[in-house]
Amino acid sequence: MRKNLNVIAAYSIMMGLIILVGIFQSWNIALSIFNLCLISAVMTMGANIQWGYAGLINFGIMGFTALGGLAAVLISVNPVKEAWSAGGTNILLSLFLIIGIILAVRFVLKRYQKSKIRNYIIAAIIISGIIIIRLVSEPGIEAIEEVNPARTGFLGGLGLPIIFSWIVGAFFAGGLAFVIGKVALGLRADYLAIATLLISEIVIAIIKHEDWLTRGVKNVIGLKRPAPYEVNLQETEWFINLVEKFNSGKLALISDIAERQAALNQFVIEGSSVFVKLCYSGLFLVVVIILLILTQKALYSPWGRMMRAIRDNEEAANAMGKNVVKQHLLIFVLGSAIVGIAGAMLVTQDGLFTPGSYRPLRYTFLIWVMVIVGGSGNNFGAILGGFVVWFLWIEAAPIGLYLVNLTTAGLEDTHFLKVHLIESVPYFRFLMMGIGLLLIMRYRPKGILPEKIEIK
Amino acid sequence: MDFLNAIILLLNYIFVPALAYGSQLAIGAIFVTLIYGILRFANFATGDMMSFGTMVAILFTWYFQSLGLSLGFLPTALLAIPFAILFMGLYMLIIDKFVFKYYRLNKSPPVQLAMVSIGVMFVTQAVVRIIIGPSDRRFFDGEKFLIKANEFKEMTGLNEGLAIKSTQVITIVVTIILVSTLFWFLNKTKTGKSMRAYSDNEDLALLSGIDPKKIVMITWMIAAILATIGGVLYGLDKSFKPFTYFNNMLPIFAAAIVGGIGNPFGAFLGGYVIAFSEILLTYAYKKFFMYVLPESMEPDGLIQLLSTDYKFAVSFSILVIVLLYRPSGIFKGKIL
Repeated sequence: MRKNLNVIAAYSIMMGLIILVGIFQSWNIALSIFNLCLISAVMTMGANIQWGYAGLINFGIMGFTALGGLAAVLISVNPVKEAWSAGGTNILLSLFLIIGIILAVRFVLKRYQKSKIRNYIIAAIIISGIIIIRLVSEPGIEAIEEVNPARTGFLGGLGLPIIFSWIVGAFFAGGLAFVIGKVALGLRADYLAIATLLISEIVIAIIKHEDWLTRGVKNVIGLKRPAPYEVNLQETEWFINLVEKFNSGKLALISDIAERQAALNQFVIEGSSVFVKLCYSGLFLVVVIILLILTQKALYSPWGRMMRAIRDNEEAANAMGKNVVKQHLLIFVLGSAIVGIAGAMLVTQDGLFTPGSYRPLRYTFLIWVMVIVGGSGNNFGAILGGFVVWFLWIEAAPIGLYLVNLTTAGLEDTHFLKVHLIESVPYFRFLMMGIGLLLIMRYRPKGILPEKIEIK
Repeated sequence: MDFLNAIILLLNYIFVPALAYGSQLAIGAIFVTLIYGILRFANFATGDMMSFGTMVAILFTWYFQSLGLSLGFLPTALLAIPFAILFMGLYMLIIDKFVFKYYRLNKSPPVQLAMVSIGVMFVTQAVVRIIIGPSDRRFFDGEKFLIKANEFKEMTGLNEGLAIKSTQVITIVVTIILVSTLFWFLNKTKTGKSMRAYSDNEDLALLSGIDPKKIVMITWMIAAILATIGGVLYGLDKSFKPFTYFNNMLPIFAAAIVGGIGNPFGAFLGGYVIAFSEILLTYAYKKFFMYVLPESMEPDGLIQLLSTDYKFAVSFSILVIVLLYRPSGIFKGKIL
């Protein structure tokens, strides 16, 4: 108990802060912060098992998040039948061609010895394959994008419940990570960082511009929900009764029946959105807890010990007969898969998929700040980092506004400096993140909750 | 005649823009590579440092414009560059003193320094946005075109026009001057040689009496010059927007690595490799083939290898291919 005192203290302070937001701002805001904190926590857990357990830098978090989001679209949206009949065969044919190319390249790689001629053959296969695919797919893509472009213009998905996409998103992200890992994991740490950063940009470029698959920058809106809709809730009997019971004290004070009904309606509307958010919180909490248990188990298992050994001294671990390359690949895939889950959760919660919104600052660097601030190598630390940093990211604007008002109190309201500063309040969050990261790196390099390894 | 038209077409749409864009990337890539070679970390604040320098230059430009100072047909921003470099150098030295120095003295692993540079990136980005705001700004003044497309057509009697923007010429001329001075400095002067020695083998350099403090300071000063000039040239040619500058970090990194990180000459060429392949692969060649081929063989489609949306993706794919086949870059990196 005593050992974990700092963990408990840190988490209680964090929850206290969120509750304070609930009391002073509104429960709606507090719950949306809480939900995004949970999603961020999943992302940081993914980044943490790569960086904290194995010392791999993955700056491609944005790409994996977007793939998770893509999974949410492809699973939950109803299939667009006209689009399938218009261009489906071409797309399927191209898919087979891609598989064919990969198999052909593999065959050449296995069959022939390393030589210049082999490289040329591979290049020829790939280039001619790409040309054939373009010829095959282009009419199909055009036909698909012409089907009702204002509303669909893409193939749609499978029409399954969106919850499945959380698992599929993990597989998507894991699959991409496998490919990237095969290509890039041999690189030195900072090369790997740059390579993953650039590869994630390629992923985003594809998602943004392949309209037949993702609708691109036209966005996919109105995704299915795992939680009830507010409008339906507001008409349900049991929910109205529940709200009435909760607010009976306040309602009793109002004597006029019409007024009381109006107040009740107001409470029902507010309550419904809080209720929906609570549903999401419950779902996300389940995911976070499951992942936390799994990652903790892994950390203290022989496998976790091996990972730390590899992280701390690769050569020694290699000399002891551990397959460093294989383990690195495994952990890269696992961590990215977790990030993929988070990506799918994020799209599920928002109910829309906006490829244009994926930016490295928000989805890669911010997640890294969370991991570093929270404490790399410690799962509780990583989750706490997700909470603290996301909380600050949201609350930075009000805090900044307060600070600006405080420091410029002597100036008139129309003074140009004050007006300018108040206009730029949104950017104080960058300042806060940067200074926070620099201070933590300097004075507490292991994070708020440092890694603690006990031999059990 | 058709053949000449085809060549002018390529010059106008591919060669000149790629040369200008490549020069801007090359300056940024040398900046990255110098920091990597001498201070030994990947600087993720590259784009934002460039935007900081450009911001200072823009502020000075506005100030000069309000005073009525100008360079005639040249943009006023050129006059502002030296002042901006001073500010930029000061800023970099401050950052170095309060942030990077600690880790350098502790001999932290490069990864940690890269993380720290992300902190610097956030702070710089905030400072730039708080001071000048996130919106798109043009600060170009003076003569816009050196040769206009119409004038060129009249002059030569060809169908295709060749438009050369003055910013493109300025970019190329400044790049030539800057880069040749830099290579002269690195290869011929004593300080430059000691910088290369430091980059090659730190311990040996220290043993031979090279002062690391001086090396680091000079590196930051050169970095300030490169960042400011590179940023201003890009801003003059296109426009200044903090977010674009942040994104420019990516092709710049690609250029530095493709050329062989730690090798300034490689970085210089890497910039052009990236720029030319981006533009060559995304240009629609239909018109070119219409000139070159006989009428019966005229193409139907656009003859575009990749849609322009994938401009960025091209450079990153090149990077991935280079990393796969020659991890040390086209020119062997890490020798400076």
